[in-house]
Amino acid sequence: MTAWRFGLRLLRRDWHSGEIYLLAAALVLTVAAITAVGFFTDRIEKAMHRQGGELIAADLALDGSAPAPETYAEQSRTLGLATARTLEFPSVILSGGSPQLVQVKAVDSAYPLRGQLRTRTALDTPPRTVPGGPPRGEAWVESRLLHLLEIAPGDRVRLGEADFKVTRILDYEPDRGGNLFQLAPRVMIDRDDIPATGLVSPASRVNYRLLIAGSADAVERFKDRVIAAPPANTRILDARDARPAFSTAVERASRFLHLATLVTLLVAGAAIALASRRLVDRQTEAVAVMRCLGAHRHLLTRIFVLRLLLFGVVASLIGCLLGWLAQGLLATLLAGWFGPDLPAPSMKPMAIGIITGLIALIGFALPPLLQLAKVPPLRALRRDLGAPRASSAAAVAAAMLALALLIFWQAGDSTLAWKVLVGVSTALAALIGSVVLLVRAAALLAGRTRGIWRLGLAALTRRPTGAVLQIAGFGLGILALLLLAIIRVDLLSSWRDSLPEGAPNRFLINIQPHEVEPLRTFLNDRGIEGSGLFPMIRGRLVQVNGEKVDPDAHRDPRAKRLAAREFNLSWSDRPQADNRIVSGQWWDDPQAPPQLSVEQGLAQTLNLKLGDHLGFWVDGRLIEAPITSLREVQWDSFNVNFFVIATRGLLVRESATHITSFHLPREREALIPELVRSFPSVTLLDVDALMGQVRRIMDRGSLAVEVVFLFTLAAGILVMYAGIQASLEDRRTEHGVLRTLGVGRRKLLGSLAVEFAAAGLLAGLLASGFAQFTGWLLADELFGFEFQFNPQLWVLGVLGSATLIGAAGTLATYPLLIRPPLVTLRRAG
Amino acid sequence: MTASANPISKAKGLSKHVNGPGGHLTILQNLDIGVAQEEAVAILGASGSGKSTLLGLLAGLDQPSAGKVWLCGSALDGLDEDGRAALREGRVGFVFQNFQLLPTLNARENVLLPLELSGATRADRIADEALERVGLTARGGHYPRQLSGGEQQRVAIARAFAPRPAILFADEPTGNLDEHTGEQIIDLLLDLRRDSGAALVMVTHDARLAGCCDRRLLMRDGLLEAME
Repeated sequence: MTAWRFGLRLLRRDWHSGEIYLLAAALVLTVAAITAVGFFTDRIEKAMHRQGGELIAADLALDGSAPAPETYAEQSRTLGLATARTLEFPSVILSGGSPQLVQVKAVDSAYPLRGQLRTRTALDTPPRTVPGGPPRGEAWVESRLLHLLEIAPGDRVRLGEADFKVTRILDYEPDRGGNLFQLAPRVMIDRDDIPATGLVSPASRVNYRLLIAGSADAVERFKDRVIAAPPANTRILDARDARPAFSTAVERASRFLHLATLVTLLVAGAAIALASRRLVDRQTEAVAVMRCLGAHRHLLTRIFVLRLLLFGVVASLIGCLLGWLAQGLLATLLAGWFGPDLPAPSMKPMAIGIITGLIALIGFALPPLLQLAKVPPLRALRRDLGAPRASSAAAVAAAMLALALLIFWQAGDSTLAWKVLVGVSTALAALIGSVVLLVRAAALLAGRTRGIWRLGLAALTRRPTGAVLQIAGFGLGILALLLLAIIRVDLLSSWRDSLPEGAPNRFLINIQPHEVEPLRTFLNDRGIEGSGLFPMIRGRLVQVNGEKVDPDAHRDPRAKRLAAREFNLSWSDRPQADNRIVSGQWWDDPQAPPQLSVEQGLAQTLNLKLGDHLGFWVDGRLIEAPITSLREVQWDSFNVNFFVIATRGLLVRESATHITSFHLPREREALIPELVRSFPSVTLLDVDALMGQVRRIMDRGSLAVEVVFLFTLAAGILVMYAGIQASLEDRRTEHGVLRTLGVGRRKLLGSLAVEFAAAGLLAGLLASGFAQFTGWLLADELFGFEFQFNPQLWVLGVLGSATLIGAAGTLATYPLLIRPPLVTLRRAG
Repeated sequence: MTASANPISKAKGLSKHVNGPGGHLTILQNLDIGVAQEEAVAILGASGSGKSTLLGLLAGLDQPSAGKVWLCGSALDGLDEDGRAALREGRVGFVFQNFQLLPTLNARENVLLPLELSGATRADRIADEALERVGLTARGGHYPRQLSGGEQQRVAIARAFAPRPAILFADEPTGNLDEHTGEQIIDLLLDLRRDSGAALVMVTHDARLAGCCDRRLLMRDGLLEAME
């Protein structure tokens, strides 16, 4: 009880006296940053689920060669879920006697459950979203079908035994994503019209889907039930498996956000450590008195731990509140990304925020505070005994442990976590080592100067430990500011540049070998620059190192699906420009023996590694080769890319179709009918909508990262303030004595400016170096961008830091100079 | 230097050596001292003669290099830091030259501090009475920085006497005060000591102040001499 009473009272008094404001600010900031990003990513995850839902027009779909039994639909409805049914099959459509292979999709009135259909009434009218599928007796078709059949909206077509009136042109279909490369154009009709067509019989090759959507919990419960008793020959499609381009963009935005949080955590951690050190210095005498009065160490330890925990919980709750408000701002900024009704966050990030705050506090602040319990009572009589110094090794170990724990927890990606941790440890060690050397150099310089220069430079060396910590703190603060500049200006623009305005927005697939040259000429003649024509061969992965591939052996649904589906294989002599070999080596010789290069994401999902021998079933025979390189592919570049590329010799004899992509500006849309007419068997895919979605993610994501980096900026300013405050107590006495001895205010002010500007200069020099290095590391290692040396950064870093810290330090210390020396000395004494 | 057969504080063969930048230094050398219950002893001596070191050793704030110390009937050499703290709790009072009030607590809370640490019952009432005795009832809600030096020392005296200690250690209690305030503080200190019956060990430079004590000892070259 005594510990609780004292803990509470001292905490209350600490707050009233303002001694813990700095510590509180640092902690609140840390928690606010973590919680804001936590709440926000939680909402994004839910929205991703929903957005991913657009890709299958539902949250979950049961996909099979027979309709899912009605019991499943009933089960889902009892859970409050909405359902819709679709079926899809290839067929032939007739118009005026000319047949055309089409992909028929029949939908019920509830379709789509997620996303919306976009149609137009004529080729030259703008697309509009429509609430559901076509009414009975009507057919909605893809524009290329109009060209192929030479018909227009209003004309009639025949499908099986039924006639349909073409009423709309189908512009966008949410669940087309999974079948982006289907060959035949789409025709959409009402499901109730199917019997009239007579096209579907039990023996028909029809793909049936039961679509499910609703609250995440209910969907999850339904999914568990289905997994427990799945219908025969049915696979479960989960909305979370998004398209690579979309998920890459979201993943990058998420990486940036986590990175911003980690930098905030690191910088705020330094502020917490500096603020705790100051708190220890200021409380040493009080603790000595308590020990004189009979307080034993256990009681003091309990009081400090309780006080710190109470403080941590209160500050963390305030941080959570701020984080909540900040995520609201982020959500407003990103309203266009996921729509205006971003799902509400769960309370989990709040718990994470509080735990993070307590870990940061325990790691950075507890070791020095616990040392207080060891203050000798004799300190009350003899002030020269000083404050007990925490064991440096223990304090550093506790701080690093806390940092490592938080980095691994927050990064959500062990590769990122390791890189940040190793980078931070190396940077800190190098930073402190460099500062020690620079402080020694300042000492040498001080001996050769006079006046304010001597006073100022000597001040840096009078408190070597304090100066090292102070400059390291300044350095971290400046580093945070420079990183903000790098990320804002360089990295984010590099990211945006990865999807330039002229990125390909049209794909041509199913190009026959004899059409390759004419198509190339067609595009060249019209000034359309394509990404190149790549061979594409369909193949199924059937063997890995001689063992048969069993899709059911994989637990991950994505792996299961990838192992079961056919791949688009290609061969090439050179890797594509936006591919990066991350391990192994690309073949230099076009005549090289059979080898494969695999996209690293696919390799991870299917647990493939360099040296594995893969066997693909291509066109009725087995093709085998070892993996000799793994590639990183920028899916969001929208260039033509392949999961697996082989050497020319391995696949050149296989029958291949070709694929290309190109950018077609809006004003040249008229080219499409001509292209479709000239190459009727070629399938044209329009990915403008998807690109727009990715581009919006990039723009809004960049803005969100900048908002999160405001926390880092605040942490940077805070750590610098903490650095200045750290030496204020020592200066009080020093200035009192110097002024009593007759040193004028102006001279002292000059020496302060020299001291802080020199500290700022040293900090800026180090921070610029580290920022440049970190920027390069992030760009090259983490995000796969080209990073360029930025001389402006050095000018801004070094001169800006000297000016900023010189001015801020001098201004913060100035109040000591305007008080009479006696008052200053009394307060110090 | 033993004054009584049943002293409240006693030291025998007490020595203190330290290793400083200038080498090995002897501060106290094989000295004996005893303070009887309710006795007031003044320790005088030049600056750096070891007065405060002796005070710290007698109060159990530090450990001797050699010799034994007894406080309130218990030998300190068998006790660790916490054991010595437990012995002081509620039995020993302190008055320091620089007052040593906790800056974040107000005057009343400073007086309450030793009472709450020892778990005293009616702590609030005792603290209020102690403040009343030193004439600061109206200033109980003020923080140390809002009080004058004399007022701060009064609060420190109230804090020292509030738990009714058996012995009070005072280190230059008037060292930071002007002459007039110092006299008022001394009168207050001696009055309260007399009323409470506590023993007093006071380190001072002030011969006039020492003259108010039952016994005066001079510290010189690490040894104690009795003064007339």
